[in-house]
Amino acid sequence: MPSLDDLKKRIKSVKSTQKITKAMKMVAAAKLRKAQENAEKGRPYSQKMQNVILNLTKSIKDQENAPKLLVGTGKDQVYLCVVLTADRGLCGGFNSNICKLAKAHFKKTLEQGKNLKIITVGSKGLDQIKRDYGNYIVQKYSFKDKKQITFKEAEIVGKEIMKLFKQNEFDRCFLFYNNFKNVITQIPQAQQIIPTEKKLEETKDEDSTFYEFEPDEEEILEELLPKNISTQVFKAFLENAASEQGSRMTAMDNATRNAGDLVDKLTINYNRSRQASITKELIEIISGAESL
Amino acid sequence: MSENFTVEIISPEKSILNAEAKEVMIPSFEGEMGILRDHISLITFLRPGLIKIKEAIETNFFVEEGTVEFKNNSLLILTSSAKKLQEINKDFLNTLLQDAEKKINDNTLNDKEKYLLSYKIDTLKSINQ
Repeated sequence: MPSLDDLKKRIKSVKSTQKITKAMKMVAAAKLRKAQENAEKGRPYSQKMQNVILNLTKSIKDQENAPKLLVGTGKDQVYLCVVLTADRGLCGGFNSNICKLAKAHFKKTLEQGKNLKIITVGSKGLDQIKRDYGNYIVQKYSFKDKKQITFKEAEIVGKEIMKLFKQNEFDRCFLFYNNFKNVITQIPQAQQIIPTEKKLEETKDEDSTFYEFEPDEEEILEELLPKNISTQVFKAFLENAASEQGSRMTAMDNATRNAGDLVDKLTINYNRSRQASITKELIEIISGAESL
Repeated sequence: MSENFTVEIISPEKSILNAEAKEVMIPSFEGEMGILRDHISLITFLRPGLIKIKEAIETNFFVEEGTVEFKNNSLLILTSSAKKLQEINKDFLNTLLQDAEKKINDNTLNDKEKYLLSYKIDTLKSINQ
């Protein structure tokens, strides 16, 4: 049985923890709004970009000589995985969910006898992945000091991917990130960006739209595809940022509630032992008085 | 029957413009291009220059690069660098200009990059006047 003093101290400490988690929740909620807005604003760009590329792909006649970024290198040996995580913890299962998905993917890749290369973005993912797959990491990024991630950061990562691709370092490239569905649901995702994933459902209407190209299709594709890589990375960044805040908000909300429950329980305990000690004292006094 | 079509300018961060216009001039890679309603479907990309959107009042945007798609009377411009002309201040212009001028003297550039830069400088100079 802990003494009254101990209980008092514990209640105090839980209460101050609760204050911290509550504050973190508020901060996350404020940041979430902004991040969510950004993610939603950024969606049209990447979507439209995909559409344009899809339209272009349809009108390429010479499939054999199409850019490698679009159709792949023809080999299927080396996989490059780009894992996007947060730089900060205390956001529930956010980081571990991505890492879990990524690790499952790594395992499968290695079991199939394929080669693996990993780029990590964000320090939390690096920490989790380097334990098991440290040897495969070829590059790591962290934008911890940046307040807000802009297209520039995405371009840095995109250019690195392009550089590796040009050096024939890999055949396929995957992006791992959390897709922001809503505040409580974030879905960890693996998206293939090289070669460009072809959507199964082709647009039904106006399939036969004839396009005028200036300059010709190949040249436009050469220009557009590298840009698309950066765009997709940027989209992943935005989705991830919104997911991180959403995840943190939910986690901190839970923590605040748990702390509240704990405080209630401890307070009941405290009151009970206080009452017990008073009763005990009374009994002692009465029995002392009786024995006189 | 209106003679307008929709114009959208979208950057990775946000949608910059969503409006209707009668005529749009874009600095396409192979030369300036004017687009009116019922233009043929088109995909092209941009060199540095000015996008001119002509409605009751003319709105100009400065762009460095971008991709353009025109389809079914809607013009889509994807660019990471569109800036409304009125919102550009002198300092910003001058730094861009100096950067570009420094770069163009770099001999390691290939012809295409030089071509793009020279257009950038020309456009910047013309705005600056």
